[in-house]
Amino acid sequence: MKRVVITGAGTINALGHCVADTLEAMREGRCGIGELEFRDVDRLAIKIGGQVRGFEAEGRFNRQQMTLYDRFTQFTLTAAKEAIDQSGIEFHGDLAARSGVVLGTAGGGVSTWDDNYRSVYEDGKNRVHPFVVPKLMNNAAASHVSMEYNLKGPSFTVSTACASSNHAMALAFSMVRSGAAPAMVTGGSESMLCFGGVKAWEGLRVMSKDACRPFSGNRNGMVQGEGAGIFVFEEYDHARARGANILCEVVGFAMSSDAADIVMPSKQGAARAMSGALADAGINPDQVGYINAHGTGTAANDKTECAAVAGVFGTHADTLMISSTKSMHGHLIGGTGAVELLACIMALRDGIIAPTIGYEEADPECALDVVPNEAREADVDVALTNAFAFGGLNAVLALRKV
Amino acid sequence: MSISNRVIAIIAEQAVLEPSDVTPESTLEDLGIDSLGLVESIFAIEEEFDITIPFNANEPEASDFDISNVAAIIAGIEKLVSEKV
Repeated sequence: MKRVVITGAGTINALGHCVADTLEAMREGRCGIGELEFRDVDRLAIKIGGQVRGFEAEGRFNRQQMTLYDRFTQFTLTAAKEAIDQSGIEFHGDLAARSGVVLGTAGGGVSTWDDNYRSVYEDGKNRVHPFVVPKLMNNAAASHVSMEYNLKGPSFTVSTACASSNHAMALAFSMVRSGAAPAMVTGGSESMLCFGGVKAWEGLRVMSKDACRPFSGNRNGMVQGEGAGIFVFEEYDHARARGANILCEVVGFAMSSDAADIVMPSKQGAARAMSGALADAGINPDQVGYINAHGTGTAANDKTECAAVAGVFGTHADTLMISSTKSMHGHLIGGTGAVELLACIMALRDGIIAPTIGYEEADPECALDVVPNEAREADVDVALTNAFAFGGLNAVLALRKV
Repeated sequence: MSISNRVIAIIAEQAVLEPSDVTPESTLEDLGIDSLGLVESIFAIEEEFDITIPFNANEPEASDFDISNVAAIIAGIEKLVSEKV
């Protein structure tokens, strides 16, 4: 089995348009959630979200690209450029032939669906742009990354709701670890902050109208975000041979399915994913210093996740740190695991633990060190990142300092 | 049909019971309606009466809408309907 390292990272989200800005915001505990701005927002009951601001596609992409790139693809390509530039990897010959792109998204081109349904239903038009289908398809972002960077190996998109990115990154990891691919571009993207995207979530009645306060006794729901996180996963010797800067090592993963309920999370399913990732990585529970929580800020997730952590880690659960950065960037749904992986990289490489902001009162059912409100310095060797999706599909990755 | 009977009909349909099996004292738990069933019932009631029920599944007890039993739900809906302009 090959060792797998991360040699490039890129992002765009409500906290920043690049990794440096995002990590700075996480260090400072800044909140990127605010009033939503888009057409018909006045008809929504939920009016807040972690929206990407100041992002102009014009000028960044040419006219022909604009007709093909939904906002989720634009986010993906922006983050992919940062990650691949940082990595310094260039895909030619055999490397290009064997390397691919595995990305997660839950909704794909949601705003393209939204705009065009509005056009034919509300505006009564009988004609849509010829590229609606290639623009909205869930694999559009992965395909455009493959075209842009000459990645000719296995490329596809994974869609497992809120665990999409973690499932995608776990697959990319296993492909590099097995030797099937020398490098993979992976991560995920989501752009659901449009009228239809938020209206659908509103119906579930699990959204907060004021803030995302994971683990806090007064939490009252999740807040949507948008954006992308993209990484270069590379075989260790390959990265060393070309002198690449290594951000951290990916050492294991596990996936599990609750096989129970379409929306309610399961403690057992979450626990099996965490303990499975530790076993896959050959790591003892007490080596884990930080967990980036799924931490949605709903009543159900946070207490279930804390119970699962307590079950897996025993007394060490009282020592480790666990935080939810969704309090700052919102829940990026299918892209969330990718942006949250950045908090793990910051913990391992920089020794800084991103906080859970908005934490106002203790909850006895979430009695862990959730790094409330302020970032903390700590020496962490191993970190986990959790994602537990609607549909009961869970994926956890384990990472180690290099 | 009265508001009470219309609400009971919606709740009975959700619980897959006859309306006669739904009493004012019944709790949602008695009727076998889980959190997802509750959210669906609230949606159906909102559609039936064209009202908006202030209910957040994360803090059911904090919402200004009592769901402790069928009588409480009916009273809450009668209030919302009467407040409708």
